[in-house]
Amino acid sequence: MPTMTLAKALNAGLRRALEADPKVLLAGEDIGKLGGVFRITEHLQRDFGPDRVIDSPLAESGILGTAIGLGLRGYRPVVEIQFDGFVYPAFDQIISQLSRLHFRSHGALTVPLVVRIPYGGGIGAIEHHSESPEAYFAHTPGLKVVTCSNPLDAYWMIQQAIASDNPVIFFEPKRRYHEKGEVDTEAEPMPLYQSRVVKPGDDLTLITYGPMVRTCVEAALAAGDEGRDIEVVDLRSLAPLDMATVVESVQKTGRAVVVHEAALTLGMGAEIAARLQQECFYALQAPVLRVTGYDIPYPPSRVETAYLPDLDRVLDAVDRSMAY
Amino acid sequence: MSDPVVDDFVQLLTPEGERVQHPDFAFGGSDEQVAGYLRDMVLARRFDNEATALQRKGELGLWPPALGQEAAQVGSVNATRLPDHVFPSYREHAVALHLGVDAVEMLTTFRGTAMVPWKSAERGLHIYSFVIGTQTLHAVGYAMGMQRDGLVGNPDPDANGAAIVYFGDGATSQGDVNEAFIFAASYTAPVVFFCQNNQYAISEPIALQSKIPLYRRASGFGFPGIRVDGNDVLAVQAVTSWALQRARQGEGPTLIEAYTYRMGAHTTSDDPTKYRSRDETDRWRARDPISRAQAYLLASGAIDQAWLDSLEAESEQLAVRVREGCVALREPQLEEFFEHVVIDPPEILLEQRDDYLEYEAGFDHPSVPDAEAAHSQSQAQGAF
Repeated sequence: MPTMTLAKALNAGLRRALEADPKVLLAGEDIGKLGGVFRITEHLQRDFGPDRVIDSPLAESGILGTAIGLGLRGYRPVVEIQFDGFVYPAFDQIISQLSRLHFRSHGALTVPLVVRIPYGGGIGAIEHHSESPEAYFAHTPGLKVVTCSNPLDAYWMIQQAIASDNPVIFFEPKRRYHEKGEVDTEAEPMPLYQSRVVKPGDDLTLITYGPMVRTCVEAALAAGDEGRDIEVVDLRSLAPLDMATVVESVQKTGRAVVVHEAALTLGMGAEIAARLQQECFYALQAPVLRVTGYDIPYPPSRVETAYLPDLDRVLDAVDRSMAY
Repeated sequence: MSDPVVDDFVQLLTPEGERVQHPDFAFGGSDEQVAGYLRDMVLARRFDNEATALQRKGELGLWPPALGQEAAQVGSVNATRLPDHVFPSYREHAVALHLGVDAVEMLTTFRGTAMVPWKSAERGLHIYSFVIGTQTLHAVGYAMGMQRDGLVGNPDPDANGAAIVYFGDGATSQGDVNEAFIFAASYTAPVVFFCQNNQYAISEPIALQSKIPLYRRASGFGFPGIRVDGNDVLAVQAVTSWALQRARQGEGPTLIEAYTYRMGAHTTSDDPTKYRSRDETDRWRARDPISRAQAYLLASGAIDQAWLDSLEAESEQLAVRVREGCVALREPQLEEFFEHVVIDPPEILLEQRDDYLEYEAGFDHPSVPDAEAAHSQSQAQGAF
């Protein structure tokens, strides 16, 4: 079984999708010769040509809008937004068009388009390069929103997203691009919109996704040293939420902490907490807690380690929940 | 009329109905074809006026009249044929009618009984877009797809196709339209940008959108722009045919500025007397697209009064059908709109629909039987 980085796994997944279906196209800024600023599309233009791996003018709304047109024509465009903070010029095309052309046409039109967005902080970047805008998209009817946390999921989820006839917003945890893992390129992958228990435990459930999965697993292992048996759920899909997996876990543990980089207010944690109090009311032994970014714009990188949830902040929340 | 900016537009039929020569463009069709355009324009105007009246009576929530823009729409759509694909804004009623969208069906969006009802693939007509300029990018992307499908630059001209996208003068200020110009130019996309400059974006005059004639903007993006008398159906057809031919042959995009006038309001919620003069409207009334085509055809002998009477009778039939059809449109139920949000509805959406139906069923009011019937029907089908 090959071992590869998350970035290479995405590259391999994209390559396999391009090989499998001639209708699959990639578009974005600098994705051709350069292979993208993170090299996710490295060598793909060389091997599939500039008509299928398209360097776009520097205009995000244009990238999205033309990709919608290609989708209407029967293609399966996969567009790269260079950084999370640059998706907003394309926001109108995503919200007002992409998400609802199927609805606006009473089901006659489908736009099988994947929007890849490297997201999250922790890489010492300047402003607009470390954001976590996933809740905007998860709030919007008509969009599927998924995020991978490891190379295996990266490899399969990108292919599943491309194969989907729905528009999919695909968030990539950029701070984890260079982390390695085993990738079984043959085994049947789990369904795209299903969450995964990445570490079982009986005392408390950590619910997280994307870049925070590793942080939570490390916190769970550290808590294990203190005799606490923590379960970690990797959501994988943010829209729709696989609440069955989350509810089953919290019914068992009775305690839940949601962890994400995005700001607290109306983040994914808000929806999960609301659903848990509705569906696990009698099982809960403590309020659902959240460990998140603060409600400030992403700060300068010299203080980002204080801004981002880390092992200690997660363990602190675990302590508070257990002590309740 | 003394308007310096119209000096350089292409005109083949004067407001008085006289054919004139142009050094670069000629209308290649027959008088029989022109009579067909006149019929398209007359029926479109009648439909449009009926829709405006229906809104005044409270039967439509809103209506954006196309009054005065019939030649721009009819001339251009008559230059298209499959596999061309047409991307309208929300005022291209004459275009939609010509492409076979049913007149009553078109009202559903404005009566609030449906989203946009027609099937794009069948008509070669994308659905209406209401966000200004957004559809120009979709047209460029679609055209890029046509390139990849081998529909451009074939030796057999009938095998080629292009996209044509409609937008207004106000839209030219939108980022999306400018980005569409850039993408189309960069990729030599087979697309025709058809701008109906009807002089106003709601209340804002064209001078607020552009300091230069709109068609000249194209040169800055690297492709040709041309201004045509938008009230001259022959000139519009000729210029659009040329631009579509360029696109289909692989020569890339063209911007056409059809210089016209919105005789009515932006929409029925607007009062144009607040921002433009009666004099101005009267000057444009003298340039009416229908009367000049009619004058030409009567003078040429291609049509006579009996032909016009027959067209009037057809218009009246359309009007009656539109009036009766509008009020008879089926009232939708909310539960229908849980469908088609996504292709595979998630559990939470199905739960919300069922919660809604259960909640509604708890009331003793007339909509309950319908709601229950729809619910049991969908359950019986086992499908969503």
